[in-house]
Amino acid sequence: MIFVTVGHELRFDRLIKGLDNWALDSGYKDIFAQVAELGEEGYKPRNFAWQSFLDPDNFKSRFEGADLIVAHAGMGTIITALTMKKPLLIMPRKGALKETRNDHQIATAEQFARRSGIYVAKDETELGPVLDELIANPPSKINEAASEFAEPQLLQSIRNFIYDGRAPKGL
Amino acid sequence: MSEKPKVLAISSAGGHWVQLQRLRAAWDDCDAVYVTTKEGYREDLVADAERRGQSIPKFYRVVDANRWQKFRLLRQLVGILMILIRERPDVVVSTGAAAGFFALKIGRLMGARTIWVDSIANAGALSLSGQKAGGCADLWLTQWEHLATGETGKKGPEFKGSVV
Repeated sequence: MIFVTVGHELRFDRLIKGLDNWALDSGYKDIFAQVAELGEEGYKPRNFAWQSFLDPDNFKSRFEGADLIVAHAGMGTIITALTMKKPLLIMPRKGALKETRNDHQIATAEQFARRSGIYVAKDETELGPVLDELIANPPSKINEAASEFAEPQLLQSIRNFIYDGRAPKGL
Repeated sequence: MSEKPKVLAISSAGGHWVQLQRLRAAWDDCDAVYVTTKEGYREDLVADAERRGQSIPKFYRVVDANRWQKFRLLRQLVGILMILIRERPDVVVSTGAAAGFFALKIGRLMGARTIWVDSIANAGALSLSGQKAGGCADLWLTQWEHLATGETGKKGPEFKGSVV
Protein backbone atom coordinates (compact mmCIF):
# COMPACT_ATOMS: atom_id res chain seq x y z
CA MET A 1 0.00 0.00 0.00
CA ILE A 2 1.19 3.47 -0.88
CA PHE A 3 -0.03 6.30 1.31
CA VAL A 4 0.21 9.77 -0.19
CA THR A 5 0.09 13.01 1.82
CA VAL A 6 0.56 16.64 0.81
CA GLY A 7 0.22 18.08 4.31
CA HIS A 8 -2.64 20.22 5.53
CA GLU A 9 -2.09 23.62 4.02
CA LEU A 10 -2.13 23.54 0.23
CA ARG A 11 -3.00 21.07 -2.49
CA PHE A 12 -0.16 19.79 -4.68
CA ASP A 13 -1.48 19.11 -8.20
CA ARG A 14 1.86 18.19 -9.81
CA LEU A 15 2.39 15.37 -7.34
CA ILE A 16 -1.18 14.05 -7.45
CA LYS A 17 -1.41 14.23 -11.23
CA GLY A 18 1.99 12.58 -11.61
CA LEU A 19 0.87 9.76 -9.34
CA ASP A 20 -2.43 9.41 -11.15
CA ASN A 21 -0.60 9.02 -14.47
CA TRP A 22 1.82 6.54 -12.94
CA ALA A 23 -1.04 4.51 -11.43
CA LEU A 24 -2.67 4.29 -14.85
CA ASP A 25 0.56 3.35 -16.65
CA SER A 26 1.82 0.88 -14.07
CA GLY A 27 -1.52 -0.65 -13.14
CA TYR A 28 -0.60 -0.18 -9.47
CA LYS A 29 -3.88 0.66 -7.73
CA ASP A 30 -3.20 0.13 -4.03
CA ILE A 31 -2.85 3.83 -3.32
CA PHE A 32 -4.65 6.14 -0.93
CA ALA A 33 -4.05 9.87 -0.98
CA GLN A 34 -4.69 12.75 1.41
CA VAL A 35 -4.77 15.64 -1.06
CA ALA A 36 -5.83 18.74 0.99
CA GLU A 37 -8.58 21.10 -0.21
CA LEU A 38 -8.94 20.76 -4.00
CA GLY A 39 -11.71 23.26 -4.59
CA GLU A 40 -12.94 23.66 -8.16
CA GLU A 41 -9.56 23.86 -9.83
CA GLY A 42 -7.57 21.19 -8.00
CA TYR A 43 -6.63 18.01 -9.85
CA LYS A 44 -8.88 15.12 -8.85
CA PRO A 45 -7.21 11.72 -9.27
CA ARG A 46 -9.15 9.03 -11.14
CA ASN A 47 -6.99 5.97 -10.54
CA PHE A 48 -6.89 5.77 -6.76
CA ALA A 49 -8.93 6.63 -3.68
CA TRP A 50 -8.41 10.00 -2.05
CA GLN A 51 -9.71 12.33 0.62
CA SER A 52 -8.99 15.99 1.31
CA PHE A 53 -8.21 15.53 5.00
CA LEU A 54 -8.13 12.65 7.48
CA ASP A 55 -8.73 12.85 11.20
CA PRO A 56 -5.53 12.23 13.24
CA ASP A 57 -6.32 8.57 14.13
CA ASN A 58 -7.23 7.68 10.57
CA PHE A 59 -4.15 9.47 9.28
CA LYS A 60 -1.96 7.53 11.69
CA SER A 61 -3.40 4.14 10.80
CA ARG A 62 -3.06 4.82 7.04
CA PHE A 63 0.54 5.87 7.64
CA GLU A 64 1.28 2.80 9.76
CA GLY A 65 -0.33 0.44 7.27
CA ALA A 66 1.64 1.71 4.27
CA ASP A 67 4.71 0.07 2.69
CA LEU A 68 5.75 3.37 1.14
CA ILE A 69 4.86 7.01 1.82
CA VAL A 70 4.82 9.49 -1.08
CA ALA A 71 4.67 13.13 -0.05
CA HIS A 72 5.69 16.75 -0.44
CA ALA A 73 8.98 17.64 1.28
CA GLY A 74 7.28 18.95 4.43
CA MET A 75 9.02 18.50 7.78
CA GLY A 76 5.92 17.15 9.53
CA THR A 77 5.74 14.28 7.04
CA ILE A 78 9.49 13.64 7.04
CA ILE A 79 9.65 13.48 10.83
CA THR A 80 6.60 11.19 10.99
CA ALA A 81 8.14 8.82 8.41
CA LEU A 82 11.45 8.69 10.29
CA THR A 83 9.77 7.96 13.63
CA MET A 84 7.47 5.34 12.09
CA LYS A 85 10.33 3.71 10.12
CA LYS A 86 8.56 4.13 6.79
CA PRO A 87 10.33 4.42 3.44
CA LEU A 88 9.52 7.86 2.07
CA LEU A 89 9.55 9.31 -1.42
CA ILE A 90 9.43 13.11 -1.43
CA MET A 91 8.85 15.57 -4.24
CA PRO A 92 9.55 19.21 -3.28
CA ARG A 93 7.05 22.00 -3.83
CA LYS A 94 8.39 24.94 -5.84
CA GLY A 95 8.11 28.56 -4.80
CA ALA A 96 8.07 29.79 -8.41
CA LEU A 97 4.91 27.74 -9.09
CA LYS A 98 3.31 29.19 -5.91
CA GLU A 99 3.11 25.69 -4.44
CA THR A 100 4.58 27.09 -1.23
CA ARG A 101 6.07 30.42 -0.16
CA ASN A 102 9.61 29.80 -1.42
CA ASP A 103 12.02 27.06 -2.51
CA HIS A 104 12.78 25.79 1.00
CA GLN A 105 11.38 22.32 0.17
CA ILE A 106 13.96 21.90 -2.59
CA ALA A 107 16.81 22.44 -0.11
CA THR A 108 15.07 20.19 2.43
CA ALA A 109 14.75 17.40 -0.14
CA GLU A 110 18.42 17.72 -1.15
CA GLN A 111 19.56 17.44 2.46
CA PHE A 112 17.26 14.60 3.49
CA ALA A 113 18.10 12.59 0.35
CA ARG A 114 21.24 11.56 2.26
CA ARG A 115 19.23 9.74 4.93
CA SER A 116 18.59 6.06 4.46
CA GLY A 117 14.97 5.29 3.68
CA ILE A 118 14.34 8.69 2.04
CA TYR A 119 14.09 8.97 -1.75
CA VAL A 120 13.63 12.10 -3.83
CA ALA A 121 11.88 12.83 -7.12
CA LYS A 122 12.94 16.35 -8.13
CA ASP A 123 9.80 16.82 -10.21
CA GLU A 124 6.92 14.96 -11.82
CA THR A 125 9.11 13.60 -14.63
CA GLU A 126 11.25 11.73 -12.09
CA LEU A 127 8.28 10.47 -10.11
CA GLY A 128 7.34 7.50 -12.33
CA PRO A 129 10.88 6.13 -12.77
CA VAL A 130 11.64 6.40 -9.03
CA LEU A 131 8.35 4.67 -8.16
CA ASP A 132 9.01 1.89 -10.69
CA GLU A 133 12.40 1.33 -9.08
CA LEU A 134 10.95 1.29 -5.54
CA ILE A 135 8.24 -1.20 -6.55
CA ALA A 136 10.71 -3.44 -8.42
CA ASN A 137 13.28 -3.32 -5.59
CA PRO A 138 11.41 -2.61 -2.35
CA PRO A 139 13.63 -0.75 0.14
CA SER A 140 14.99 -2.85 2.98
CA LYS A 141 13.29 -2.54 6.32
CA ILE A 142 14.41 0.40 8.43
CA ASN A 143 15.59 -0.99 11.75
CA GLU A 144 15.97 2.04 13.90
CA ALA A 145 13.14 4.48 14.46
CA ALA A 146 14.07 8.09 15.11
CA SER A 147 13.59 9.01 18.78
CA GLU A 148 10.48 10.95 19.79
CA PHE A 149 12.82 13.73 20.89
CA ALA A 150 15.51 15.88 19.29
CA GLU A 151 19.18 14.88 19.35
CA PRO A 152 20.48 14.69 22.95
CA GLN A 153 23.16 17.35 22.50
CA LEU A 154 20.56 19.83 21.23
CA LEU A 155 18.26 19.12 24.18
CA GLN A 156 21.18 19.45 26.60
CA SER A 157 22.30 22.78 25.08
CA ILE A 158 18.80 24.21 25.49
CA ARG A 159 18.42 22.79 28.98
CA ASN A 160 21.77 24.24 30.07
CA PHE A 161 20.70 27.60 28.72
CA ILE A 162 17.31 27.48 30.49
CA TYR A 163 19.01 26.77 33.82
CA ASP A 164 21.72 29.30 32.99
CA GLY A 165 24.45 26.75 33.58
CA ARG A 166 22.93 25.67 36.90
CA ALA A 167 20.96 22.63 35.70
CA PRO A 168 19.95 20.56 38.73
CA LYS A 169 20.26 17.30 36.81
CA GLY A 170 20.74 15.91 33.32
CA LEU A 171 18.00 14.74 31.03
CA MET B 1 15.21 33.01 38.73
CA SER B 2 13.13 30.86 41.07
CA GLU B 3 13.86 27.17 41.60
CA LYS B 4 11.62 26.24 38.69
CA PRO B 5 12.21 28.36 35.61
CA LYS B 6 9.12 29.34 33.65
CA VAL B 7 9.55 28.49 29.96
CA LEU B 8 7.21 29.87 27.31
CA ALA B 9 7.42 27.69 24.18
CA ILE B 10 5.79 29.18 21.10
CA SER B 11 5.40 28.37 17.40
CA SER B 12 2.86 28.40 14.61
CA ALA B 13 0.93 25.18 13.93
CA GLY B 14 2.18 22.43 11.60
CA GLY B 15 5.86 21.66 10.99
CA HIS B 16 7.14 24.31 13.41
CA TRP B 17 5.00 22.85 16.19
CA VAL B 18 6.16 19.28 15.44
CA GLN B 19 9.74 20.51 15.87
CA LEU B 20 8.98 22.47 19.05
CA GLN B 21 7.42 19.32 20.54
CA ARG B 22 10.57 17.33 19.85
CA LEU B 23 12.46 19.81 22.06
CA ARG B 24 10.05 19.55 24.99
CA ALA B 25 12.25 17.23 27.07
CA ALA B 26 14.68 20.17 27.38
CA TRP B 27 12.21 21.92 29.71
CA ASP B 28 10.93 18.90 31.61
CA ASP B 29 10.31 19.82 35.27
CA CYS B 30 10.14 23.51 34.38
CA ASP B 31 6.95 25.54 34.56
CA ALA B 32 5.86 25.19 30.89
CA VAL B 33 3.54 27.50 28.96
CA TYR B 34 2.72 26.73 25.32
CA VAL B 35 1.45 29.17 22.71
CA THR B 36 0.42 28.19 19.19
CA THR B 37 -2.12 28.99 16.48
CA LYS B 38 -4.26 25.84 16.65
CA GLU B 39 -6.59 24.88 19.51
CA GLY B 40 -6.43 21.13 18.72
CA TYR B 41 -2.94 20.72 20.19
CA ARG B 42 -4.11 21.25 23.77
CA GLU B 43 -5.30 17.63 24.15
CA ASP B 44 -1.99 16.23 22.88
CA LEU B 45 -0.09 18.28 25.46
CA VAL B 46 -2.26 17.08 28.33
CA ALA B 47 -2.02 13.43 27.22
CA ASP B 48 1.75 13.68 26.82
CA ALA B 49 2.25 15.35 30.23
CA GLU B 50 0.22 12.62 31.90
CA ARG B 51 2.09 9.86 30.07
CA ARG B 52 5.49 11.25 31.03
CA GLY B 53 4.63 12.27 34.59
CA GLN B 54 5.01 16.00 33.94
CA SER B 55 2.73 18.67 35.39
CA ILE B 56 0.02 19.78 32.95
CA PRO B 57 1.35 22.77 31.00
CA LYS B 58 -0.59 25.95 30.34
CA PHE B 59 -1.85 26.44 26.81
CA TYR B 60 -2.82 29.54 24.84
CA ARG B 61 -3.96 29.93 21.26
CA VAL B 62 -3.26 33.06 19.22
CA VAL B 63 -4.60 33.96 15.79
CA ASP B 64 -2.76 32.47 12.81
CA ALA B 65 -1.07 34.89 10.40
CA ASN B 66 1.53 34.91 7.66
CA ARG B 67 3.77 37.76 6.70
CA TRP B 68 1.32 39.19 4.16
CA GLN B 69 -1.69 39.36 6.49
CA LYS B 70 -0.93 42.66 8.20
CA PHE B 71 -4.12 42.95 10.26
CA ARG B 72 -3.96 39.36 11.46
CA LEU B 73 -0.29 39.83 12.31
CA LEU B 74 -1.26 42.81 14.45
CA ARG B 75 -3.92 40.77 16.25
CA GLN B 76 -1.38 38.00 16.79
CA LEU B 77 1.15 40.49 18.15
CA VAL B 78 -1.37 41.89 20.64
CA GLY B 79 -2.37 38.37 21.72
CA ILE B 80 1.25 37.43 22.37
CA LEU B 81 1.88 40.68 24.25
CA MET B 82 -1.05 39.97 26.60
CA ILE B 83 0.15 36.43 27.27
CA LEU B 84 3.70 37.58 28.01
CA ILE B 85 2.46 40.28 30.40
CA ARG B 86 0.35 37.71 32.19
CA GLU B 87 2.90 34.89 32.32
CA ARG B 88 6.21 36.74 32.69
CA PRO B 89 8.37 33.79 31.57
CA ASP B 90 12.06 33.47 32.47
CA VAL B 91 12.80 31.94 29.07
CA VAL B 92 11.08 32.20 25.67
CA VAL B 93 11.84 29.48 23.11
CA SER B 94 10.60 29.22 19.52
CA THR B 95 11.08 27.26 16.28
CA GLY B 96 9.17 29.85 14.19
CA ALA B 97 7.64 31.62 12.53
CA ALA B 98 6.16 35.15 12.91
CA ALA B 99 4.58 34.31 16.27
CA GLY B 100 7.93 33.15 17.60
CA PHE B 101 9.70 36.26 16.38
CA PHE B 102 7.16 38.50 18.13
CA ALA B 103 7.47 36.54 21.36
CA LEU B 104 11.27 36.72 21.35
CA LYS B 105 11.27 40.42 20.58
CA ILE B 106 8.73 41.36 23.29
CA GLY B 107 9.93 38.74 25.74
CA ARG B 108 13.43 40.10 25.65
CA LEU B 109 12.23 43.66 26.23
CA MET B 110 10.47 42.32 29.32
CA GLY B 111 13.67 40.73 30.60
CA ALA B 112 13.23 37.11 29.49
CA ARG B 113 16.15 35.15 28.06
CA THR B 114 15.42 33.94 24.56
CA ILE B 115 16.11 30.89 22.36
CA TRP B 116 15.56 30.66 18.60
CA VAL B 117 15.90 27.23 16.97
CA ASP B 118 15.64 27.83 13.23
CA SER B 119 13.40 25.33 11.44
CA ILE B 120 15.09 22.27 9.96
CA ALA B 121 13.05 23.02 6.84
CA ASN B 122 15.52 25.86 6.19
CA ALA B 123 18.37 23.76 4.86
CA GLY B 124 19.49 26.20 2.18
CA ALA B 125 19.42 29.46 4.10
CA LEU B 126 18.09 30.83 7.37
CA SER B 127 14.40 31.65 7.39
CA LEU B 128 13.26 35.24 7.11
CA SER B 129 11.87 35.18 10.65
CA GLY B 130 15.08 33.43 11.71
CA GLN B 131 17.28 36.21 10.38
CA LYS B 132 15.19 38.77 12.23
CA ALA B 133 14.82 36.69 15.38
CA GLY B 134 18.57 36.11 15.56
CA GLY B 135 18.96 39.74 16.59
CA CYS B 136 16.87 39.18 19.71
CA ALA B 137 17.92 35.62 20.56
CA ASP B 138 20.35 35.01 23.43
CA LEU B 139 20.77 31.45 22.15
CA TRP B 140 20.54 31.36 18.35
CA LEU B 141 20.63 27.90 16.79
CA THR B 142 20.43 26.45 13.28
CA GLN B 143 19.79 22.77 12.70
CA TRP B 144 22.22 22.59 9.79
CA GLU B 145 25.93 22.58 10.42
CA HIS B 146 26.68 24.26 7.09
CA LEU B 147 24.56 27.29 8.11
CA ALA B 148 26.32 27.80 11.46
CA THR B 149 28.43 30.93 11.67
CA GLY B 150 28.17 31.73 15.38
CA GLU B 151 31.22 29.69 16.40
CA THR B 152 33.57 31.75 14.29
CA GLY B 153 32.88 34.87 16.35
CA LYS B 154 30.69 36.44 13.67
CA LYS B 155 27.08 37.22 14.39
CA GLY B 156 25.10 34.17 13.40
CA PRO B 157 23.53 30.97 14.64
CA GLU B 158 25.34 28.05 16.24
CA PHE B 159 24.82 24.39 15.45
CA LYS B 160 24.15 22.00 18.36
CA GLY B 161 22.23 19.24 16.60
CA SER B 162 18.81 18.86 15.04
CA VAL B 163 15.30 17.80 16.05
CA VAL B 164 15.54 14.57 14.06
